[in-house]
Amino acid sequence: MSTGAGTPLLEVADLAHYFPMRNAFGRRTGWLRAVDGVSLAVRSGETLGLVGESGCGKSTLGKTVMGIYTPTAGEIRFLGREIGRLRGRERRKVARDLQYVYQDPGASLDPRWKIKRSLHEPLQIHTTLSRAEREAEVQAILRAVGLPGAHLDLYPHELSGGQQRRVGLSRILTLRPRLIILDEPTSGLDVSVQASVLKLFRRLQETFALTYLFISHDLAVVRAMCQRVAVMYLGKIVELGEAARLFATPRHPYTQSLLAAVPRIGGPRVTQAFALEGEPPNPRDAPSGCRFRTRCPLARDLCAAEEPPLRPVGGGLVACHFA
Amino acid sequence: MSELLSVRELEVEFPTDQGVARVLDRISLDIGHGEVVGLVGESGCGKTTLARTILGILPLGGGLVRGGEVHFKGRDLLREDPRVVNDEVRGRAITFIPQDPFSSFSPLFTVGAQIMDLMKWKSPRGRGEGRGWPPLLRGYPRRRRRADREAVLDILRAAQIPEPERALGRLPHEFSGGQRQRFMIAMALLPRPDLIIADEPTTALDVTIQAQILRLLRELVKERGVSVLFTTHDLGTAHEICDRVVVMYAGQEMESAPSDDFFHRPAHPYTRRLLESLPGADGEIRDIPGEVPSLVAPPPGCRFHPRCDFATAECRARRPEAHAVEGEHRVRCYHPLGAR
Repeated sequence: MSTGAGTPLLEVADLAHYFPMRNAFGRRTGWLRAVDGVSLAVRSGETLGLVGESGCGKSTLGKTVMGIYTPTAGEIRFLGREIGRLRGRERRKVARDLQYVYQDPGASLDPRWKIKRSLHEPLQIHTTLSRAEREAEVQAILRAVGLPGAHLDLYPHELSGGQQRRVGLSRILTLRPRLIILDEPTSGLDVSVQASVLKLFRRLQETFALTYLFISHDLAVVRAMCQRVAVMYLGKIVELGEAARLFATPRHPYTQSLLAAVPRIGGPRVTQAFALEGEPPNPRDAPSGCRFRTRCPLARDLCAAEEPPLRPVGGGLVACHFA
Repeated sequence: MSELLSVRELEVEFPTDQGVARVLDRISLDIGHGEVVGLVGESGCGKTTLARTILGILPLGGGLVRGGEVHFKGRDLLREDPRVVNDEVRGRAITFIPQDPFSSFSPLFTVGAQIMDLMKWKSPRGRGEGRGWPPLLRGYPRRRRRADREAVLDILRAAQIPEPERALGRLPHEFSGGQRQRFMIAMALLPRPDLIIADEPTTALDVTIQAQILRLLRELVKERGVSVLFTTHDLGTAHEICDRVVVMYAGQEMESAPSDDFFHRPAHPYTRRLLESLPGADGEIRDIPGEVPSLVAPPPGCRFHPRCDFATAECRARRPEAHAVEGEHRVRCYHPLGAR
C-alpha cells in the first residue's frame, strides 16, 4: 500500500489538448476540446484511477502525458521536470521511466519476432547493457510475470492470449519504469481472467515499486485497485478524492449517477431506481458553464452562467456549485 | 408442457485444423412463456453457438448439429422444413438483437428504409401474403405499408426515440450507440415475436446508457409477454434483467436457477468461483486457477473438473445428470455446494 503522504511523481497543471475539426476542404472549423484544463498529481507508489464514460477524454489525457499528443496548453512535470514539450533524445530519456500499456499489450508484439527479440529490443534502445546482462534481465522479468524461460524461443502465436499479455507487460517492465499508464487494461476480459490480470498488476506493483495511472470505465475494478480516483466528464475532472470516500459518499451529481448505474449483485435492481436520462453531449459543442448541467437533476441558472471550479469539499475535490 | 422453447441434449461440432471441436456437449435448456433467461459464461463457452443453433444460422460448412432437439411451440426446429422455419419462425416468432449496434445497420441506407425492408418481409400483417411468387416479384401492398409504418412509429415512441418521423429519414451514423441499440430493440419487437434472442446487447455501451437500455428492454418485453434469451458475460447485467440464469462452461451447462438463488445460493463450484472473481468492495481479488480447456480435446466427464476443488474419480469418468437442488434450481454436479 502507498504511504499516504507520497511525493508527487507526476504533476499535471491546467493541461489541455484540443483536436482541430476540419470541414471537407481541410479548413479548420473549430476545436474539439478533448482535455480541457485538467490538474492532478500522481503520488509515488499509488494507483490513481481515472474513470469516465467513453469520449470523456481519459485516454487523450493519458496519451498527452505519455507524449503521444503534444499538449495545447498547460504543463506536465515528471519528477519535478517539465516534459510536455521535450523532443528527440531528451524525450526518449523520459520514456524509460514512463510507460504506456494499451488495452491488450499482447497485440503489440511483432508476430514475426521470437519473444526473446521483442524483450531485448527495449534494452538495446535504452541501455548499454551487454548481451549477457540483457539476457539475465529478461529472464528475471519473465519469471516475475510468471512465464517459464523456455518461452523465449517461441513466437507470439504459439502462446495463449493470457501469456501474450504477460509477455507484452514484461516488455514494458524490462526498462524498470517508475510510472505506468494502464489504458483500459481489463476491458473485454471475462471476470475470471480479469481477476488474474488484476492480481498480476498488484504483484508487479509490489515487486517493482511501480506507480499506476489506471484508466478504466469499470468502476468495480477501479474501486478494487485504486487508492485515489479522478472522475472525468467531457474533458474536465469533476471529482477527485480517496477511493474509499468517493465510492461511499460521492459529492458530484455525475459521480453519484455513475455509481448508481453500476449493477450491484444482491442489491436492488438499478433498472428500477436509476434516473439519469439522456446521453453525454457532443464534445464539439459542450454546454456553457458546468458541462454536466444538461443532464443534471440539480441544474439551475447559475450552472449555465458560471463554470464551477474544482474546490475542496469534505476531504476531496469537487467541481459543483451545490456540492 | 408450459415451456416455450426447450433444448434437449444438443450437440454441435466445428471442424478445425486441430481436429473436431465439440462446442456444445449435450446442452439442455428451457425457456418459459414471458420469461427472461440469462445465459452467462466466459467467452468461448458456446453461448453464441447455442443462440445461433436455435435460430438456425450456424455458419455454412462450419457448425454441424450432431444430435439433440430444439422444441419450439410444439415443433422440432432442427427437423422442420427449412422453408417453414424461414417463413414462420426465424425473424418472426424468434427475433434477434445483435451485440454490436455499430455494424448491424448498413451505413448507406436510411434507418427508415432498413426498418421498412424488415417489415416488408416479416410484418405480422403480411403473413402468408404473396405465397408462391418468387421473392423479387412480391410487392408491398400500399395498405399494409401504411399500417406497418404506423406500427413502426408506435414502437419507436415506446423505445423513446425522439421525433420518430424525422429519425426514420436519417442515416445510421447520425445516431449514438445507445440510440442505435434502441432501434435494434424496436426492430426485434416489430414482428411480434414469442422469443427474442439478445446476444450481449449492452457490452458495447457505457454504464449509464446500459442502465437505460436494460430498463427499456425489460419494460417492453414484460408489457408484451415476450420471452428473452439474454446471453452475457457480465454477471451484473444478468442480475439486472433476468428472471432465471443458466451458466455455461466450455460447452456444458452447469447450473440453472432463479436469479435470486443463482446469486445468493450457487450450488455449482464453478458458479461460486465465477461470482467470487468479481472485484468486491473489500478490495480482495480472487481468480480461478488454471485455464479454460481446449474444445478439441476437452477433459472427459465434467469439463470443469481439472480446475475444481471437489473433483473426484466420478467427475472424470462421466458427466453428471441434472438434478434439482430446490424447486426450479437445477445443477449438474456430483458434489453440489450446500449439500454437505
